[in-house]
Amino acid sequence: MSLMDYTAVELGRKIKAGEVSAVEAAAEALDSMEENDGKYNCYVTMLDRESVLKRAACVQKQIDEGLPTGPLAGVPVAIKDNMCTKGVRTTCSSKILYNFEPTFSSEAVINLEKAGAVILGKTNMDEFAMGSTTETSYFGPTKNPWNTEHVPGGSSGGSAAAVAAKECTYALGSDTGGSIRQPSSYCGVVGMKPTYGTVSRYGLIAYGSSLDQIGPIAKDVTDCATVLETIASYDPKDSTSVRRDDLDFTSALVDDVAGMKIGIPKDYIGEGIDQTVKEAVLAAAKVLEERGAVVEEFDLELVKYAIPAYYVIASAEASSNLARFDGVKYGYRTEQYDGLHNMYKKSRSEGFGPEVKRRIMLGSFVLSSGYYDAYYLKALRTKALIKQAFDRAFKKYDVILGPASPTTAPRLGDSLGDPLKMYLGDIYTISVNLAGLPGICVPCGIDEKNLPIGLQLIGNCFEEKKIIRAAYAYEQSRGGNLK
Amino acid sequence: MSRYETVIGLEVHVELATKSKIFCGCSTAFGGAPNTHTCPVCTGMPGSLPVLNKQVVEYATAVGLATNCAITQYCKFDRKNYFYPDNPQNYQISQLYLPICRNGYVEIEAGRQTKRVRIHEIHMEEDAGKLVHDPDTGDTLVDFNRSGVPLIEIVSEPDMRSADEVIAYLEKLRMLIQYLGVSDCKLQEGSMRADVNISVREEGAEEFGTRTEMKNLNSFSAISRAIKNETERQIDLIESGEPVIQESRRWDDDREYSYSMRSKEDAKDYRYFPEPDLVPVVISDEMLDRIRAAQPEFREAKIVRYVEEYQIPKYDAEIITSDKKLADFFEECVALGAPAKEVSNLIMGDLMRLLKENGQDASDIAFSPAHVSKMIEMILKGVINRTVAKEVFEEIFRSDVDPEAYVEEHDLKTVNDDGELRRVIAEVIAKNPKSVEDYHAGKKKAMGFLVGQTMRIMKGKADPGTVNRIVVEMLES
Amino acid sequence: MANIVTDETIENVALLAELELSPEEKEQAKKDMANMLDYIDTLNELDTSDVEPMSHVFPVSNVLREDVVTNGDGSEDTLANAPEEKDGAIVVPETFH
Repeated sequence: MSLMDYTAVELGRKIKAGEVSAVEAAAEALDSMEENDGKYNCYVTMLDRESVLKRAACVQKQIDEGLPTGPLAGVPVAIKDNMCTKGVRTTCSSKILYNFEPTFSSEAVINLEKAGAVILGKTNMDEFAMGSTTETSYFGPTKNPWNTEHVPGGSSGGSAAAVAAKECTYALGSDTGGSIRQPSSYCGVVGMKPTYGTVSRYGLIAYGSSLDQIGPIAKDVTDCATVLETIASYDPKDSTSVRRDDLDFTSALVDDVAGMKIGIPKDYIGEGIDQTVKEAVLAAAKVLEERGAVVEEFDLELVKYAIPAYYVIASAEASSNLARFDGVKYGYRTEQYDGLHNMYKKSRSEGFGPEVKRRIMLGSFVLSSGYYDAYYLKALRTKALIKQAFDRAFKKYDVILGPASPTTAPRLGDSLGDPLKMYLGDIYTISVNLAGLPGICVPCGIDEKNLPIGLQLIGNCFEEKKIIRAAYAYEQSRGGNLK
Repeated sequence: MSRYETVIGLEVHVELATKSKIFCGCSTAFGGAPNTHTCPVCTGMPGSLPVLNKQVVEYATAVGLATNCAITQYCKFDRKNYFYPDNPQNYQISQLYLPICRNGYVEIEAGRQTKRVRIHEIHMEEDAGKLVHDPDTGDTLVDFNRSGVPLIEIVSEPDMRSADEVIAYLEKLRMLIQYLGVSDCKLQEGSMRADVNISVREEGAEEFGTRTEMKNLNSFSAISRAIKNETERQIDLIESGEPVIQESRRWDDDREYSYSMRSKEDAKDYRYFPEPDLVPVVISDEMLDRIRAAQPEFREAKIVRYVEEYQIPKYDAEIITSDKKLADFFEECVALGAPAKEVSNLIMGDLMRLLKENGQDASDIAFSPAHVSKMIEMILKGVINRTVAKEVFEEIFRSDVDPEAYVEEHDLKTVNDDGELRRVIAEVIAKNPKSVEDYHAGKKKAMGFLVGQTMRIMKGKADPGTVNRIVVEMLES
Repeated sequence: MANIVTDETIENVALLAELELSPEEKEQAKKDMANMLDYIDTLNELDTSDVEPMSHVFPVSNVLREDVVTNGDGSEDTLANAPEEKDGAIVVPETFH
């Protein structure tokens, strides 16, 4: 058995017990990355072997000296390439940041490093997290380790694939409209988006600021809860960071759902969903019901309005957030230009890919004079209604259950031709971001193409513990066999 | 000309005198090598996030209260999107939808009347960086030291009708803000900047004409010239049947003309939307009460009080209160026991003269009221005479010397010893028989010469009155 | 398709966003935006007349910092990634005309 087969908590425990050293763990991860030799293209930037091993040795020394280290000390991790890492190239998988080396690390990464994490590299993603397949990356698509003809999902496709391909023990992703949960579903791993404000956004290169959250992608629910507990913190540098005193997420790893009320939105298992996905999700619900949960279907309302509202809000924010990439202060500046505005236009047009430009233009349009009320404010009003719909649902249910995606991973190249169709794939994940809710995705089956299916559990704001508990109980009952 | 009326509204930017920037912990200090007062936040680094400086909210609220505004107790920030290299994020964090203050006014003296200029709103925002032309290469150099310095923008209604009213309005704002200690409001140094919206219309017309916005006005005189010039330009256009185009214009004060700043990229569609990285600001009643209670005594109230309480002329009171620093200085001296009249005379005379001679203004005062009040005490006690005092004050002005030590060191105490005086005067009389003769011949000028000679030998330390008395006495005897 | 995005609209949006589009990109952008706007127009099925626009999900307010200088000389970091630098400043094409 390879060290890469262990979960993060298992590996951390072995390191702590002295059975394995942090250096051995890092070396094995590096070997695994090397062996795969870019087969899946999980990483945009791999750290050089020497510096990773040096860092691992440093962590090992701390452990040996008995310094306080968390359960993840010495465990190798991969970071999505939209989180700043000091001195390590951070590109957002975009040409416009092809050479950008941040001078500071994101708060989530600092929290991990304090806990003794050993960073292996920066994972591939859809450019600026805009996409659902990791195909919009300037550095080429990531491939699904289950079947390299298929996409890993996105935008955190590199992180999910790296966990699935054992090119790291766990990873950080970010989720603006499903970017942790959907690739976790496609890659058969566990991914979690916490309540908005739980993990600091400081150092996360913004896409849709009011929707972005960092979260873990890992092998199981225990790892997810452990990682989230490590990266979550109140950060005075992030004004939208929420002060919470209930960040002990691992305390919810309890194998008991008796009496838990679970609602399945009818629209989540209705039109447009693959039959196999539906069956797997309902079978998972059945498992929870058998364990004593009360499961029923209900009408969530407004489901179909989440996607249009999301694309207005996220694109508007993105059009502004991405204005700073202009060839002046960092990143790509076009070679030849005639004057300031020509430099701006050429740097940006050459630096951004088509999907990013599409959203920047849409966002600029919906904010422009004469359209702001009709589009932007309308979307913010819809968001308020969606939040209210969830508020009503959570009066009745502890947890909302559904799929993470209507299908399993599509084939490479099948999605980009029709952007709108790709956007529709986010139907089950997007409203969670609009309402700021936590959501977790756990593997719940495999389809006829041998591709994994993900179960999504959604909780009310600040009720991560309920979904962790439900996910953990399901995982325990499911056992190791996805079929 | 008399057929037309100029209608003017102002957008005044004031840099707030906070220690740190509006959204980060960088210093707001002037100067410093390029980009030394910068961090990821004020340079728009990817991943950085703003956190609002509390003092900015307090200062903006204080200005709002001083200008009779309604304070928006639930206010928010918005992003104003436009590309320019001095704007590192290519959006400016500002306030559009819920500015912190609205619907205020200030009163100005217009001719012999008091006129109310209404304030539409005051909002908080961040300043941009500085662009410097590189003459060697023709490129532009970007320095973000000023990027993120807090500003308030005070937007008036189009209530002014002349350059004099504009200047009275600006003076009024400057005075209020200076008294609040919120900014030093220096037009030349850019801590107060005014964009002037100008339109003309036929006298008696109801509708406003098309307005232009004049930028780059760095002094009151530039503002006056620009208003006059733009009024004439617009009238010429109207008279010749051409339209006035709504646009921003840049004033060139050296050449005394303005030119259009329009370009394709200056489309002015700022796509404002609520800043998602900042949460709303709620100003509680308690906070409002506290800031209201801390409002200082403003100039008008001080003038009235000085005249009543200190019995100084209204003109003197107006001069002394024309600068908060001067008024503070005056009050501190009085508090230390110096008679108000003495202090006010000193300010109106020697201090004003010295400031003028040195090309300074009251904000440059760097000496202590304690030294000045001690000096006044020395005059009143007869330790030094007023001639010596002039010299002592100049030393205090220059290097804040302790008057007691200085007088001691330079042996400037008034000599009241009759014996010594008589000896010196006798000597002077003996050496100047011609003057004595002239005196007795009724030439009074001779008397002045003898007193002057005595004072010269005494190095000014004698009391001129005493010298006078003894000279007469000795000549008559 | 209800929405028609004109050349003028796309050109204006490109101007605001500082993007340069080839003729082909422009045609594609017009189509894509029209498609999206048609889809977004489904929001008009909702009556939101008495709903307040929600920009922040949680009613958090007054996240403020004290007025304290906490940063020192940051010029090295500020310039670390600059494409062109001179005498501590970032160089851009001429802005003075």
